[in-house]
Amino acid sequence: MTDLSSAALSARLEMVAPPKAPSAFSNALVFGWRAILKFKHVPEQLFDLVMTPIMFTLLFTFVFGGALAGSTSAYLQFFLPGILVQTVVFNAVYSGMGLSTDLGKGLFDRFRSLPIWSLAPFAGLMVGDVLRHLIAGAIILTIGLTLGYRPEAGIPGVIAAFALLLAVGFGMGWIFIVLGLLIRTPTTVMTAGFTFLFPLVFASNIMVEPQTMPGWLRAFVDVNPVSLMTSAIRGLMAGQASLNDVLMALLAPALLTLLLAPVTLWLYRRSDR
Amino acid sequence: MNDAVHMTNLQSRDERTLPAVSARGLVKRFGELRAVDGIDLDVPRGMIFAILGPNGAGKTTLMRMLATLLTPDDGSASVMGHDVIAAPHDVRASIAMTGQFASLDEDLTGRENLLLLARLWGFRGRSAKDRADNLLAAFELSDAAGRQVKTYSGGMRRRLDIAASLIVTPGVLFLDEPTTGLDPNARQSVWRMIRALADSGVTILLTTQYLDEADQLAARIAVIDKGRKIAEGTSRELKAATGSGFLHVALADPARLAEAEAILACHLTGTIQRSPEGAQLSVMAGSTDAASQAIAALIAARIELADFSMGSPSLEEVFFALTGGSGRLGKREKGD
Repeated sequence: MTDLSSAALSARLEMVAPPKAPSAFSNALVFGWRAILKFKHVPEQLFDLVMTPIMFTLLFTFVFGGALAGSTSAYLQFFLPGILVQTVVFNAVYSGMGLSTDLGKGLFDRFRSLPIWSLAPFAGLMVGDVLRHLIAGAIILTIGLTLGYRPEAGIPGVIAAFALLLAVGFGMGWIFIVLGLLIRTPTTVMTAGFTFLFPLVFASNIMVEPQTMPGWLRAFVDVNPVSLMTSAIRGLMAGQASLNDVLMALLAPALLTLLLAPVTLWLYRRSDR
Repeated sequence: MNDAVHMTNLQSRDERTLPAVSARGLVKRFGELRAVDGIDLDVPRGMIFAILGPNGAGKTTLMRMLATLLTPDDGSASVMGHDVIAAPHDVRASIAMTGQFASLDEDLTGRENLLLLARLWGFRGRSAKDRADNLLAAFELSDAAGRQVKTYSGGMRRRLDIAASLIVTPGVLFLDEPTTGLDPNARQSVWRMIRALADSGVTILLTTQYLDEADQLAARIAVIDKGRKIAEGTSRELKAATGSGFLHVALADPARLAEAEAILACHLTGTIQRSPEGAQLSVMAGSTDAASQAIAALIAARIELADFSMGSPSLEEVFFALTGGSGRLGKREKGD
C-alpha cells in the first residue's frame, strides 16, 4: 500500500463549502442514476430475473400447453400476458433484497446522515424496479412474439398493458421495501418474499382458467389481486379490457401504496435498528 | 472535569468558543438495556476527541445519536450549534459520518461512489467530477478510481470511506472505530490521514477500543463503560489520576505466575493486573521502597525475572483501574 504522507494530504485538502442545496427531485434522480449504474456493473441480476420467466414460458407452452388449451399456440396466446404479471411480481422481490443489502452494509447510514430528501433513496429503488420490469417484460414479449404470440390490440394494447404492469410492479414493490427494511439478511427477504408470492401467483388465473378448481379455491382465485391484474393485462393486449377491469387491477397496488408508503417512511425514520 | 482548561486555549470569538459537540444527560435504551445511560460530553472545535471503551460500552450508540441516526430517549445534544432533535437536517448539513462498516456501494467504482455523494450534496456536472477526482488524488486512489469497490483492500476502502465524508468539509467528522480490522500499515496510514484532517481544522470525534489509538491521536479522551462516562481528560491526566509508580514485572517462567502474584500481594496493596499474554504482572506501588522490597521478595523466592520496571501506567492499566477490572479492551493480535 502506498504511504500517504499527511503533509501531502493536508496540502491537497481544501476547505469546501456546500453548494446550493439540491431539490428533492434532483436527489431522487441521483439515486435513479445509481440504479442504472447497478445494471452496468451487475448485469448478472438481469440473468436471474429473466431466466425463470423464460423457462416458465417454454415449459408451460410446450409441455403443458397442448394438454391445457388444445394446442401450444392457443396456450401461448393465453399464458403470455400472465407470465408478464408473474415476472413483474417476482421482480419486486429484488429491490427488497437490494435494500436489505444496503442496510446491512451501513450504506444507508451514510445516506441518512446526509442533508437530503429522506425518501430519495426509495425513489431510486423505484427507478431500478421500473427499468427491471421494462427490460424483463421486453425480453419475454420478444420471445413470445418469436414463438407466435400475437397481441390482438397491437402496439397501443402492448403499451397500455406495460403501463399497467409498471403500476402493478410499483404497488407490489412496497411489500418488499418494507420487508427489506425489517429483515437484515437479503436471502431471508428473498425466502420470505417467495413464500408469500408463490401461492398468490399459482392460485391465480395466470397458468389456467379456474373453472376446474374446487369451489373454495375458485373463490380465492377470483378475488386474488394477481388474477385481477392478469385479467386486465390479458384484456388490454387483446383489446377487450373494460375500464372496470383496469380499475380492479389497480385496486391492490393503490391500496398497498397508500398503506405501505407511510409505513416505509416510519420504519426508515424510526431509525432504531 | 477539565472544561475550563481547554476552553482558554481557544480563540475568543463566540462561534469558536462554542463546543463542536455538546451533550447533556443523553440516554438510549434498547428494551431493558440502557446502551447509553446519561452521558455528558463537550468536544471543543478543531480537536481530535476519542471515545474509548470496550465492545458494547455504548460508543457507537452515542455517536449515532450525535449523527442524528438514532433518536435519544432522554437528554439533549447539539452539534455545531444545531440541536440533534429539533434541527436534524441542519446537523446533517454540518457533519459527516464514517460508520464501523464501510458505507460504500461495493458494486460501483470508487469514482462513482464519490460522484454519487457529490451529486447528492448538490454539485453538478463538471464540479461534481472535479470534486470526486480531487479527493481520489488526495487519498492516492486515482489509480483504482475505475475499479469496483469490492476489489479494494481494507485500507483502500477505509480511505475511500473517509474521502466520501469530505465531499463538503464537515464541521465535525464522526469516525466509528476507524482502524478496526486494518493491518498495521493501513492503520498507520489512517492515523496520518486523521491527523492531517485535524490540522486542516476539522473537529474529529472518533470511537475506539484501542488504547494506543486514543493515546496516539486524541487530544482528549472520554472513557466509556456500560453506557456511562467514567473518566475524561488528556491521556496524561488519565494516567496521572490513576497514580504513577506502577511496578511491572515480567517472569522468565510463566508457570510461576500465581506464586509471584501471591508474593506481590503480600508487599503491595494495589490490585494486581495480569497481562493477557500471561507472563507479566503490574501493580501500583506506593513508593520505590515498597517496590524494591517486593522485587527482593521475588528474588528470594527464586522466581527469575525476565524484566522489571517502574513507570507510569499504560492506558490499559488506567482503564482497568477505572472499571475495577470489569472491562476488557480490545487487544490487537501479536505483531499487529
